[in-house]
Amino acid sequence: MSNENSPETPNERKENMSQLTGKPESGQKNSSAQDPKPATHSLADVAAARTAKVGKPIAGLTGLTAKGIHAWFGKKHVLEDISMDFFSGTVTALIGPSGCGKSTFIRILNRMHEFIPTAALAGQVILDGKDVYDPGVDVTKIRLKVGMVFQKPNPFPSMTIKENVLSGLKLAQIKIENADELLESCLRRAGLWDEVKDRLDEYGGALSGGQQQRLCIARSLAVNPQVLLMDEPCSALDPGSTLRIEETIRELASSISIVIVTHNMQQAARVSDYTGFFLSDGGPGRLIESSSTSEIFTNPKEKRTEDYVSGRFG
Amino acid sequence: MTTTLPQAKSAPIPRVITTQPRFTDKVFRGVVTSGGLFSLALLGLIGFFLVYNGFEAIRAAGLGFITGFDWVDAIPEDGQPAAYGVGAMLYGTIVTGILAMIMGVPIAVGTALFLSYYAPQWLKKPMVVVVDVMAAIPSIVYGLWGYFVLMPHAEYWAKLIHKYFGFIPFFDMPAPVFTRSPFIAGLVLAIMITPIVTAVAREVFAQTPLERIQAAYALGATKWSMIKAVVIPYGRGGVIGGAMLGLGRALGETVAVYTVLNLVYDIRIEVLLSAGGSVASMIVNKFGEADRVELQALMAAGFVLFLVTLAVNFLANAIINKTARE
Amino acid sequence: MSQSVLLVKPEHPWKLTPKDLITDLLGALFTVVATLAIVGFSPLKGKLGFALTLIFMSIITATAVSWIKKDRKAAVNSSTTVLVYIAASFVIIALASVLYEIIRLGASQLSPGAMFTQDMSQTASESELTEGGLIHAVIGTAYIVTFATVLSTPIGILTALYIVEVKGRFAGLVRFFVQAMSGVPSIVAGLFIFAVWMVQLGNAYSAIAGAFALTVLMIPTVARTSEEVLKLIPSDLREAGLALGATQWRTVAMVVIPAAKSGLITAVILGIARVVGETAPLLLTIGGADAINLNPTQGNMSAFPYYVWKNLLIGSENAISRAWQGVFVLMVIVFIFFALARYFGAAKGSRRK
Repeated sequence: MSNENSPETPNERKENMSQLTGKPESGQKNSSAQDPKPATHSLADVAAARTAKVGKPIAGLTGLTAKGIHAWFGKKHVLEDISMDFFSGTVTALIGPSGCGKSTFIRILNRMHEFIPTAALAGQVILDGKDVYDPGVDVTKIRLKVGMVFQKPNPFPSMTIKENVLSGLKLAQIKIENADELLESCLRRAGLWDEVKDRLDEYGGALSGGQQQRLCIARSLAVNPQVLLMDEPCSALDPGSTLRIEETIRELASSISIVIVTHNMQQAARVSDYTGFFLSDGGPGRLIESSSTSEIFTNPKEKRTEDYVSGRFG
Repeated sequence: MTTTLPQAKSAPIPRVITTQPRFTDKVFRGVVTSGGLFSLALLGLIGFFLVYNGFEAIRAAGLGFITGFDWVDAIPEDGQPAAYGVGAMLYGTIVTGILAMIMGVPIAVGTALFLSYYAPQWLKKPMVVVVDVMAAIPSIVYGLWGYFVLMPHAEYWAKLIHKYFGFIPFFDMPAPVFTRSPFIAGLVLAIMITPIVTAVAREVFAQTPLERIQAAYALGATKWSMIKAVVIPYGRGGVIGGAMLGLGRALGETVAVYTVLNLVYDIRIEVLLSAGGSVASMIVNKFGEADRVELQALMAAGFVLFLVTLAVNFLANAIINKTARE
Repeated sequence: MSQSVLLVKPEHPWKLTPKDLITDLLGALFTVVATLAIVGFSPLKGKLGFALTLIFMSIITATAVSWIKKDRKAAVNSSTTVLVYIAASFVIIALASVLYEIIRLGASQLSPGAMFTQDMSQTASESELTEGGLIHAVIGTAYIVTFATVLSTPIGILTALYIVEVKGRFAGLVRFFVQAMSGVPSIVAGLFIFAVWMVQLGNAYSAIAGAFALTVLMIPTVARTSEEVLKLIPSDLREAGLALGATQWRTVAMVVIPAAKSGLITAVILGIARVVGETAPLLLTIGGADAINLNPTQGNMSAFPYYVWKNLLIGSENAISRAWQGVFVLMVIVFIFFALARYFGAAKGSRRK
């Protein structure tokens, strides 16, 4: 396609990419209108449109930083030298082929990695200026500040919807004044309030998959985390629920940082402000490139990134 | 474009497939089926023969067989008929069984939790072997150990309990005889049923869905709050089933109870007192010198025991099977 | 770039640091000291007093430490952790005591020469332990258990085959009944055989009567374990056999059973281990002889549990010693079968799903 030795112009690259994705180029205002039908956007357009909506991120301070993270399972080195900043008020997507350590990475962020008997790590995870792996740190408190939503919705079936949302408080034995207010606020932020407000005393298992996942989001919000980690939250759901949850993520981003692992590049382009691309060539997974989403999708610096986001592999 | 729409077809009729098994297979199935049904029939036969032989005794005593407390042989010279009643012994069986559950189930569930969630990796396997070995020890060994080793200690504990808690009617002592009491029998039985309950509880805990456990931890739960929120609600049914299996075993135990329980044909609520009973021990006690009439009564007693343990085991297995399917 | 030498070492920052261990050790030390102090200065005495105080102080110390270092949630967690450890310790202590006493009381005065060559027909139980032996019990147990195994193995395995392979109309019912049958008290099994074999059919005490009673107890064990083992065989194997044109019977006999062989052996051995120590059914069926009886169908027969029982009832010092010796030898036999079962079971991998 393009000659590797001569640098492409951004426009050329855009055209090339749109040819690869098979979608007509229509982001530019002055493009010749070949097809009058409403064009499907290329990934680049989606990403570009996304960045336009969000203002500048609030850097540093209450964000989360990973420094030099390595991970092992026994002797197998699965993550190598990952350093990333997660800014507060933003959504960061982690993309890459399966098996390159993205899920392992986010489990290192909320100290769930250590449950696996052969797990080991190196590096630091800085939250509020302190390393969460410092000796003497109360690990349960870390998990209150860094919450997680899993791939398969897992509400507690023995609890009602109301009890599920408030279960985090019960487990942490946190007492609050007005539980009902918190309940409504969390369910509203998760986009579930209208659908369940009349049946808060029903059991969690009666909801659909998408509703269950939003219930899990509400449950994570109840303990007031600073960061919410999401491990492929939509991969077990139908497209309608997926869109609902992506809306929820966008709304949540204003008050809390979100890190989302996803296989779906379109989702990453739709939802995130920043993107990190992971890749493993049979060895440990590495962070190939990490920058704003529009950069990754329109102007990736690494060839491997470009190959991945243009669908050449993965 | 001339396409004639096809007439609405009637719904397709599924074909009936018949497979005639070959002769060897028919023989095979026949042999296997009779083996299986034999087992089924055996249970029924047990009940039948016990009733058949104990019929006279039950007929003579009527409902009094269950409610009567005396076990009196006939005295032909005085013209006094035999009066056989298992009431006191049945009460004793049930009391020792319940005591065994009260003392044994918490230890067993604690051990199961230990093995599933607390034990360090190097301790797990040896501990499982410990529990399995406990299950393999024959009951007569527990009977001997219970009498010669445990009872002196248990007697001391019983005295202490009476001293500090004697105001509760259960722990009162009309006469200061602390040996061979329902309490001690319950203690020995508790140790004997621990392996069964632990094994069932462990199986149940092992099946707790990992995703719920992870969800609880991700919300900042400690190990115990996770267990309380996820494992116990999930495993409650299975553990109850396991406890009932233990109860069934305790109700039917014979020689382990015989040595550490003094048979007294009376119902008392004082569990520390050397007076109690158990249908199984009574049968063994009376069997050697029983005449024909008394033998019939013993058969009837065995039938009663059979029914009680059968009911408990049916219930236990039903609970376990139900929760296993969920 | 990807060949960079690894300068970073794997760490486990969540594992207990030496600092944590020191805190734990201090806590344990404090617990013991406090216990000794309380036991010394209060009416609580003796092993029980010490044990109870120790338990109480452990819980208090662990809870207090966690409450001070962290918060209430951690304190509750610590106290339940201590309770769980205590439960497990009870179990270990109970088993240790049983095994210790068996060895102490049973193995101290063994005289293997006499034990395995003589019976008790010429010796009274009260006599010195160098006289008399238990060979009659060995022979009896051997007869009875062998016969019971021969009877119950085919029936048990056939039952398992019915439930898993043939899956007949009554399979669910059979399964449920077999489960229930494993809860039948051993004395009821003895009474049943007594009612049928001796009362109804008029036979006297004999070894086979005992064997019948043990069969009733063995069948459920063999059937249930075999069923679990057969269920573990993946259905692909059966389908492969049938797809090759084999009949069901050939598939089962030549594919399934060889694959399940070690598991089935385990099932039988477990059945044997279960019944070799059963006492109550034998008390009603074999008569408990003192002499060697080589005829399994006639005449009173002895067996290990009966031998122990008889001596226990006699109650004199030497008799009790004999009882313990019998227990010791019985336990050795049980352990051998137990170890065999684990060996064969392990060869097939875990029996658990």
